[in-house]
Amino acid sequence: MRSNSNQYGVLAEFANPADLMDAASAVNKAGYKHFDTYSPFPIHGMDDAMGLKESKLGWIVLIHGIIGLLGGIALQVWSMDIAYPLHISGKPYLNFPAFVPVGFAIVILLSAFGAFFGLFALNKLPRLHNPLFNSDRIAKATDDGFFICIEATDPVYSEEKSTAFLKEAGAIHTEIIPK
Amino acid sequence: MSQNTAIVPNNQLVKGNHDFASITKLISDIPQERTPLWWYIAFGISNIVMAVMLAMIAWLIWEGVGVWGLNNPVGWAWDITNFVWWVGIGHAGTLISAILFLFRQGWRTAINRFAESMTIFAVMCAGLFPAIHVGRIWAIYWIFPLPNSMQLWPNFNSPLLWDVFAVFTYLIVSTLFWYVGLIPDLATMRDKVKGTISRLLYGTFALGWTGGNRQWQNYEKSYMILAGLSTPLVLSVHTIVSFDFAVSIIPGWHTTIFPPYFVAGAVFSGFAMVLSLMIITRKLYKLEDIMTVDHIEKMNIIILVTGTIVGFAYAIEFFIAWYGGVEYEKFAFVNRAFGPYAWAYWIMITCNVVSPQFFWVKKFRRNVALTFILSIVINIGMWFERFVIVVTSLAQDFLPSSWGYFSPTYVDVLTYIGTFGLFFTFFLLFLRFLPMVAISEVKGVLPQANPAYYRSNNGKSKTTE
Repeated sequence: MRSNSNQYGVLAEFANPADLMDAASAVNKAGYKHFDTYSPFPIHGMDDAMGLKESKLGWIVLIHGIIGLLGGIALQVWSMDIAYPLHISGKPYLNFPAFVPVGFAIVILLSAFGAFFGLFALNKLPRLHNPLFNSDRIAKATDDGFFICIEATDPVYSEEKSTAFLKEAGAIHTEIIPK
Repeated sequence: MSQNTAIVPNNQLVKGNHDFASITKLISDIPQERTPLWWYIAFGISNIVMAVMLAMIAWLIWEGVGVWGLNNPVGWAWDITNFVWWVGIGHAGTLISAILFLFRQGWRTAINRFAESMTIFAVMCAGLFPAIHVGRIWAIYWIFPLPNSMQLWPNFNSPLLWDVFAVFTYLIVSTLFWYVGLIPDLATMRDKVKGTISRLLYGTFALGWTGGNRQWQNYEKSYMILAGLSTPLVLSVHTIVSFDFAVSIIPGWHTTIFPPYFVAGAVFSGFAMVLSLMIITRKLYKLEDIMTVDHIEKMNIIILVTGTIVGFAYAIEFFIAWYGGVEYEKFAFVNRAFGPYAWAYWIMITCNVVSPQFFWVKKFRRNVALTFILSIVINIGMWFERFVIVVTSLAQDFLPSSWGYFSPTYVDVLTYIGTFGLFFTFFLLFLRFLPMVAISEVKGVLPQANPAYYRSNNGKSKTTE
């Protein structure tokens, strides 16, 4: 374990999405937890192969939407009926049908903020530095490369065994990424 | 297998023999190439036109809205016409990026980035007009629910205020959606560009994206939720724009058909605008492999459908004007078609109802030159539709003694033309500096992106055997 302290992990490149998926499945079954697959586009079925749980983003958006709904109603009720009730062409102060469009817009706006900022919060972005970029090959992950990285923080990780395991799984190239 | 069955292959979304790397190269090379001469010329012209717009707006603010051709019965004219027209154009971008995404239309990937950018810039042009038409622009902040020294609040009973919320929400949500889609492609640019400064800039805006599946998982969820939010939003925005008219009691405006009719018209004109821009761009940047004739044909079908809805709405309006039995309403419609603005009405009918009929024929749908001409004709027609709705109803309302006629001044005309300068200034910057096609999404619809492509019958990947 001492020898791993200056390592970020082992990076393995695979030839295509299918190989990557098979390897991800094998890595998951071998008991690794701190690993990720890198690809230029989302691969259908990869979440299951890696054994990932459902994204929590939906709940974040729901909470934002509810805040938007309550806030939108509160804003209109408070300003039209409490703060400064104003008689406008015989309409009631609490004119709920007229409050629907603005209330709706605020729900959408807040939910969109939830989806946008929630995405970054869950992905821990923006991030100024990532040891992963110490590798020269990882730049291909945004072009046409398919990678798995098993991180050194994983309890099952060992430099030799993990590298051999990924080679076994069909990697066309492996390297150790320094921290 | 018997002779009367055959496998119908799926139509290839990307033409030519492209793999992942060649798609990356095709798109990411464009911002890295030397800036072409035509770009400088186009950008220069756009800047001058935009400067004219700014001068006209300065003059308007200095002198007051009287510099426009507005008069007593016609208090809304080109300003609101232009506003509705530009917002409508924006709607096609959201339709392509959100609604076609929810319907799993893979072909949208070639044009969604492009159309979303068009949406943002079109909504910017649109928002300008209501902002400057208020007269006292220094008091524009009164439209927001901000605490002020008079303790007054905006009137939430008013469709004009609903419009403020709808358009602002639309602009913000469209921009967020656009940016989320851009992040993986900005990361591609970061990894491709050579210069230190450009690498730093793309890298900053890519926010450290790695392409890890744990990121993709949340990304896909976020993208789907944003698409799901944008879909009702885009329908509501033009619905609320139509409420600006429909909630009033002016004959010709006070009709319940307005929301669906306006939304269909918006999609109609927006698709035409996407086509106009796309046909030029695919030629200039040689993107015919990605933006194929199949795309043009599919968009022409949508134009035909929405154009028919618009034509049907014109007919229904007339029918209801007669069937409703309200004299003023009847007059408003007969007056539209045969009164002092009959010229505008018949331009509208020719452009919007007659011209899309060409697209019943497959040969015409796949004809690039004809599509380009008709896309411009349709946008002229849709401008006139808004002009007819806004101006004819106001010019001749209940009391003949107050009837009038609207003629635009040079300020009206130059402000409108100037918004094209604004639009194209931003659009050209987008074409120059950002990946104009969603690289990661196009890769995702290639057959090679599906793991099943590599597997033989026993379920193992071909290369690992």
